Amino acid sequence: MNLANLANNYEEAIAMILFGIGFSNLLLQKNLIRKIIGLNIMDTAVYLFLALKGYIAGRKAPIVVDGVQSVKAYINPIPSGLVLTGIVVSVSVSALMLALTIRLYRRYHTLDLDEITTRLKKEGL
Amino acid sequence: MEFVQNFPFFSILLSLFSGPLCSVIGGKAARRINLAVITAIGAMSAAVLHFTIRTGEAYVYLMGHFPAPWGNEIRAGVLEALMALFFCVVMFLCMVGGSLERSLEIEESKENLYYVMVNLLLSSLLALIYTNDLFTAYVFVEINTISACGLIMIRQNGRTIEAATRYMIMSLLGSGLLLLGICFLYDMTGHLLMSNIKEQVQILHGTGDYHIPLLVTVSLMSVGIAIKSALYPFHAWLPDAYGYSTLSSAAILSSLVSKGYIFLLVKIFYRVIGFDIVRDSKIVNILFAFGVVGMIMGSVSAIKEGNIRRMIAYSSVAQIGYIYMGFGIGTTAGVIASLYHILSHAATKSLLFVSASGITDASGDSTSFFDLTGAGYRNKLAGVAFTVGSLSMVGFPMFSGFISKLLFAQAAVDSAYYKMLPALIALAVSTILNAVYFMKTVIRIYTPADREEVSRRGFKNVTVAEQKAKSAALVCFIVLNMALGLCSEPIVRLLSEGLNMFA
Repeated sequence: MNLANLANNYEEAIAMILFGIGFSNLLLQKNLIRKIIGLNIMDTAVYLFLALKGYIAGRKAPIVVDGVQSVKAYINPIPSGLVLTGIVVSVSVSALMLALTIRLYRRYHTLDLDEITTRLKKEGL
Repeated sequence: MEFVQNFPFFSILLSLFSGPLCSVIGGKAARRINLAVITAIGAMSAAVLHFTIRTGEAYVYLMGHFPAPWGNEIRAGVLEALMALFFCVVMFLCMVGGSLERSLEIEESKENLYYVMVNLLLSSLLALIYTNDLFTAYVFVEINTISACGLIMIRQNGRTIEAATRYMIMSLLGSGLLLLGICFLYDMTGHLLMSNIKEQVQILHGTGDYHIPLLVTVSLMSVGIAIKSALYPFHAWLPDAYGYSTLSSAAILSSLVSKGYIFLLVKIFYRVIGFDIVRDSKIVNILFAFGVVGMIMGSVSAIKEGNIRRMIAYSSVAQIGYIYMGFGIGTTAGVIASLYHILSHAATKSLLFVSASGITDASGDSTSFFDLTGAGYRNKLAGVAFTVGSLSMVGFPMFSGFISKLLFAQAAVDSAYYKMLPALIALAVSTILNAVYFMKTVIRIYTPADREEVSRRGFKNVTVAEQKAKSAALVCFIVLNMALGLCSEPIVRLLSEGLNMFA
């Protein structure tokens, strides 16, 4: 537990801080659009972390352009694959969240989730 | 390699591809395909169950024949096959029991979309049950969330859209934590296949390296899944989502969706980390505490609720608390009790939802508590079914709830003293609270109603012949419930056998 480790791995530390920012935005913001932005920050922070873990200094992305090269020329491809899968997932959930937001906005003309809940209680349905 | 070993893979693919197929055909055809797919998958799961019982061991199925550290794997044993079979049975009955409500509450042009969601939900549940790859599990967790959200909001009103939004937000928080945990685990071990991760985790645990990161990882994954399966206090979305969505959705969501996540948690505990390490990490104590609080608070909220469907939904919060308390006890007996409770709660909660809708049908579709007076006489079968479900929830002998309470109590007695007392006290208090709100409702539906009031409000008697599908589903649910309650011994034996070959 010393600060030197933290300084050496500052990229990972940044990824975790971003995750915290995104997570708390998704949890605490009242505005739905801000929540969705929080969701995207959170997911992107995880992808940053994964990409960092797959990176090996001085090597290239594992895309073969000029004949097969030695394994030692490339970074670890698996985290990149995971990031791609994760991006697909996060795009679809963002789209779904945005669709829900549009539905709610058309009905209640507000983006504030708490306000919508109070109005629902008043409606009594 | 025998042909039957392909069945887990076939069943995942069958449900996955029947989903998109339903989007291009009409509602009626989609409905038939959906029921056929569930039946076929149930039959295949039964075959796998028979095969694994006969061979007495779990087998690994290579996807695309790439060997261990590279390829993707399916792993099937007694426990997985039993869960898959049971989920299929419950889902089939939920779909049959809610068919009348679906035709009334879903727009006709959108009916086929509902079956897209159900098929995708089934495929994600099966994948969560069978997969041996952690990242595949994450992807299917998200598919599960998205399709469950679709099930909630297919009935369009303000409540369901708001509930779906809240559900999505909580679920996304949970899956964010789960994803981070998986990434940490991949970072530390370099593997994504569960069995390979476990080997490395055991080595790490032996040398004492990465002690804190490992602890953080286990807690991230446990908290993530706890949020997704609506453990108290993460249940805010649950009453609206179960209370206002269409009947089959409410029954499927309460009995299957949260259970799929919990099954994944069992898998993470046993197959990815190793239960000894999880127990040593004291994470289970936190789950235990939240489980116990949830058992009490869920029931208290249910007592305060005046809407019968929301009351049943709050009772789910308490039952999820039971399941987490079983994990929290930290012994194999506790986990077996929790697994049994997954089955028992799935059978009982869907029975309660379907019978409650039968009761409200006989009360002019009002879900308010006081309008239900005498409904047990107006719809006799639903009244009996609701009574059976209530007795099972309270823990009356003969029904499945009694066996799970017995197993929990036995597990608690054999555990450490500082867990035994809270567990037993919480069980006793929660049983009394369950009895308060369920028996209150049973007494209410069997209190003779004022005849003038009934005829003035236009409450009609509902006979079995009018609601054939729902009545058949109710009878099957009652039989299932009593089968679980009366023949618990072989099922518990299968569960413990399955848990032995699980890791």
